[in-house]
Amino acid sequence: MSAQVPIAYYLVLGAILFSIGIAAFLIKRNIITIFISIELMLNAVNLTFVAFSHMWHQVSGQIFVFFVMVVAAAEAAVGLAIIIAIFRARQTLNVDQINLMKL
Amino acid sequence: MQLALFLIFGVLAVAGAINLLLQRHPINSALSLVVVMMSLAVLYWSLGAEFLAAAQVIVYSGAIMVLFVFVIMLLNAGEEEHTTGSRIAYVAGFPGAAAIFCLLSFVFLSERKAMGGTDLGGYLSHSANNIAEISRLLFRDLLLPFEVTSILILVAILGAVVLARKEQ
Repeated sequence: MSAQVPIAYYLVLGAILFSIGIAAFLIKRNIITIFISIELMLNAVNLTFVAFSHMWHQVSGQIFVFFVMVVAAAEAAVGLAIIIAIFRARQTLNVDQINLMKL
Repeated sequence: MQLALFLIFGVLAVAGAINLLLQRHPINSALSLVVVMMSLAVLYWSLGAEFLAAAQVIVYSGAIMVLFVFVIMLLNAGEEEHTTGSRIAYVAGFPGAAAIFCLLSFVFLSERKAMGGTDLGGYLSHSANNIAEISRLLFRDLLLPFEVTSILILVAILGAVVLARKEQ
């Protein structure tokens, strides 16, 4: 039994996850959940990279994913520090109440 | 085998993502994202990227999500309340996301024949295994970008410490 899965199905799965990430980014009001949906979008793009890497039989796409992971880790550290700073200044996590650049 | 893995873990990933969208409490969203990342790790493995599957589990669902859960618990984040701004986001958000999804899947499915299929294992044409190939590329050809990312991590750590520090 060797049922092949078309590469396009992996790409469509990545598109589904990316669209759900966009919807969550726009709909959610909690700043931490918005940040989580950014991570979801990054993961969806990573899946697309790996699928294309499989398609071309090269590891360059996987190197891309490695660097995306590194940058996502750095981004998560800095972003969560910013969220902590905002919470200290405003005592809220609702983005509707965080509407001024000045803390 | 490939089809079964794809179906089970693809459905699991989509279910986790929809649960992320529907849950009101941030900790539930974070734990649904862990489910999505774990199923994506299995999909990476089935696509022949063993190193990335391990890195996904360790870095993403291990390190990054623990950081998220720490911050959620530190800030004692409760359920989000809905305001007038979010109703506009509902009206604009769902059609926009659906339009992007339709466009992407139309392009992918119309090119389906040209992109071919996948089968489990043995996918690199010329190398012994995935990790050897990645490390050869990463530590020999791409050594400078690799070192630059270590500087990036260092800067990010310093920035996080400075930003989260309590002001005197």
